Amino acid sequence: MKHLTKLCSATLKKSAEKGGCGECQTSCQSACKTSCTVANQKCENKK
Amino acid sequence: MVHQFCFKGINIIVDTESGAVHIADEITYDLCEILTPPLFEACPEHAYKALSEKYGRYEVTDAYGELYSLYKAGELFSEEYKGPDSKIPLTGAPIKALCLHVSHDCNMRCGYCFAKTGDFGTGRNIMDFETAKRAIDFVIERSGKRRNIEIDFFGGEPLMAFDTVKKTVEYARGFEKKCDKVFRFTITTNGLLLDEENTDYINREMSNVVLSLDGRREINDKIRKTVNGEGTFDAIVPKMQRLVKLRNKNKDHYIRGTFTKENVDFCSDIEEMLSLGFRNLSMEPVVLKGKGPYPLSEAELPRIYEEYERLCDLLLSKENTDQEFLFFHFMIDLDQGPCILKRMRGCGAGFEYVAVTPEGDIYPCHQFVGHQEYKLGNLYQNTFDFALSDTFAGINLKTRSGCSECWAKYYCGGGCSASNLTVNGDTAKPYELGCKLERKRVECAIYLKARRMMG
Ligand code: SF4
Ligand code: SF4
Repeated sequence: MKHLTKLCSATLKKSAEKGGCGECQTSCQSACKTSCTVANQKCENKK
Repeated sequence: MVHQFCFKGINIIVDTESGAVHIADEITYDLCEILTPPLFEACPEHAYKALSEKYGRYEVTDAYGELYSLYKAGELFSEEYKGPDSKIPLTGAPIKALCLHVSHDCNMRCGYCFAKTGDFGTGRNIMDFETAKRAIDFVIERSGKRRNIEIDFFGGEPLMAFDTVKKTVEYARGFEKKCDKVFRFTITTNGLLLDEENTDYINREMSNVVLSLDGRREINDKIRKTVNGEGTFDAIVPKMQRLVKLRNKNKDHYIRGTFTKENVDFCSDIEEMLSLGFRNLSMEPVVLKGKGPYPLSEAELPRIYEEYERLCDLLLSKENTDQEFLFFHFMIDLDQGPCILKRMRGCGAGFEYVAVTPEGDIYPCHQFVGHQEYKLGNLYQNTFDFALSDTFAGINLKTRSGCSECWAKYYCGGGCSASNLTVNGDTAKPYELGCKLERKRVECAIYLKARRMMG
């Protein structure tokens, strides 16, 4: 490709296949806690 | 859904549904902007026409070819993720995280406190061990097969109940082997009561500690005051520095500040934190409704956007220096983050996560405490309102108004039900100002990644 550079590939839908185990941390977003957006959470299910 | 934005000269195209992110040159960026799915092999005539003043036909064909190949690969204008809904446990989900309000009392009086100076309007009280024990029993029972359990010690100021904290940790650890659970403890403190003993304890037992400091002395001291109305900066900073210095690098900690209308120039607070030696930083917008000196409004938005951009520059300029730092909200993992199901469910308040008060009352999360109509149950009465919990479990990106159409949805997860309630009086109605800030932060995070990749 000469016009485009990939910053990140299409992994989102695939993540559903093994996803949903629920072992990950909760992700409160409020301004008074360990707040965060879900996207900066770690997945606990990576080998 | 596709979202395009140009950030400090970098053209970025986000394909929301697939999670793919592309950096584009100008012609491709311009072309993508006028395309609508479905795409076909040949570039549509209207696109040539629209771009004819700027680019030649041959160039446009070439750029289109690349966009089309992304489209074919499911990385551009990809279809909405539909399911499998059955995997989203809408009801009866195990509870895996507790916010233990060990102290409904506080030794500070901060101007923006949502907890009504620490007692949540429910009366000053310290949680006794018996109540904490019941809370641990409750979460072990309700966590089902979930192995990892989080316990956050919260308040008020949790160090006012340090004895309960220690006993609770010991009690919970006792179940780890027996019940095949792993407890992760975290604590959020204002730092005033930190001493050698509890600092060592926190560094040993807590996987994360959040220390509240608003940055510059004058900013911090104007809002974060002692009960007697004195500033707290000089008292807390050395204690926090000591804790951070002694803390194992493998364990998390954050220096967390809040910005209000008074310090929309919060980069200066970040710089202050850096000069104090802190490197894991967070600075968050206050969520308050109405008028007064603190609440943020639409009028501050352009200024805050600018400040987030300034923060990007600051972050990049400090990389590979001894002041290199982390900013919590920009740490988005574009490739390896949580699965899409987690992203749809968001925080889990009310069904995966609950808060417990010193009285043993159970609420959907710390921010709902004191809102009687949202009380889920009580540990002494052995009550739990499954129907109410299920209404929380039913909230996700698809059911929250506006979230389905939001390009940032899988980065955000659907926002905060409690802020929605505070500002809009409805848990499922996104707090628009918060959404705008969230989208800006996501753009910043993507930009930073792009900038690093391009060197
Ligand atoms: S509702 Fe808001 S404050 Fe409560 S856990 Fe969710 S994000 Fe956090
Ligand atoms: S930014 Fe707002 S609209 Fe977008 S997903 Fe988050 S809460 Fe929903």
